[in-house]
Amino acid sequence: MATGRIEIDFERCKACELCVPVCPKNCIEMGKEINRQGYTAAVFARPDDCTGCALCAETCPDVCIRVWR
Amino acid sequence: MKQVFDRPRTLLDARFHYCPGCHHGTIHRIIAETLDRMELRENTIGIAPVGCAVMLYDYMDIDILEAPHGRAPALATGIKRSLPDRVVFTYQGDGDLASIGMGEIVHAANRGENITVVFVNNTTYGMTGGQMAPTTLLGQKTTTSPFGRDFRTEGYPIRMAELLAGLEGVAYSTRVTVSSPAHIRKAKEAIRKGFEMQLKGMGFSIIEVLSTCPTNWGMKPLDAQKRVLGEMAEYFPLGVFKERKQADFA
Repeated sequence: MATGRIEIDFERCKACELCVPVCPKNCIEMGKEINRQGYTAAVFARPDDCTGCALCAETCPDVCIRVWR
Repeated sequence: MKQVFDRPRTLLDARFHYCPGCHHGTIHRIIAETLDRMELRENTIGIAPVGCAVMLYDYMDIDILEAPHGRAPALATGIKRSLPDRVVFTYQGDGDLASIGMGEIVHAANRGENITVVFVNNTTYGMTGGQMAPTTLLGQKTTTSPFGRDFRTEGYPIRMAELLAGLEGVAYSTRVTVSSPAHIRKAKEAIRKGFEMQLKGMGFSIIEVLSTCPTNWGMKPLDAQKRVLGEMAEYFPLGVFKERKQADFA
């Protein structure tokens, strides 16, 4: 059961992948869809495992991630 | 569930123009967060550099002036002296601060100007296309050192935090990085301390932040972060080099 939730701003993400390895539960993956900037934005692939630790949001250089816990 | 992380109030909604994985965004965010936490937004004046962060005024909801190349400490001196109740900080890169602005930074620090300097060191001139900077590591290939930097012709990389820590006027000198969540938190703490030093009137504070430039290093953002924690942190050790406990006038 997820104790947290994140939202990734699809249009703002630049697909730098920095958020992917910092997630202790591997909840984030790189997506396939291309956004308006031309990047394949990251997606919240496994919402059930999210604890809302906010490490991804802390790491994101473009401040695309919002976290609820 | 309640929201535990959002864009800081001081950070405007504009999208950063930085390359993917560039640490400027993270550093902007932690400065904005610190200003929010210390409730300084209405009272802060920032000085933008020449370099990638030149458009700082588009991203932060505070008063920001743009200084010519390397002259941010001189501009900050004037503002702080005429408006001593404001918090004044400069945001400078390594080409700006350590090369063209070397004279300004050393003298502002030596005068003990009561300002805070955020110095972003990515070992290259990012905006102009990856030329060699004074902080470029030995052996590092750049567009103006295609065979790698050689100390016999170009000298050694300058360690600014240590150099400035040797000056009497400096109250706080530290080197941090934002290459992992733990390091980001430490960097945030260092920036808070820098502003606190200024509020107490302790004198000049400099926070050197080791940062990436994935585009000009020709690396993926994740590899660039590894380089910062490996090769770069080896030559530019992280830590506090000077921390004044008491102001000179006390």
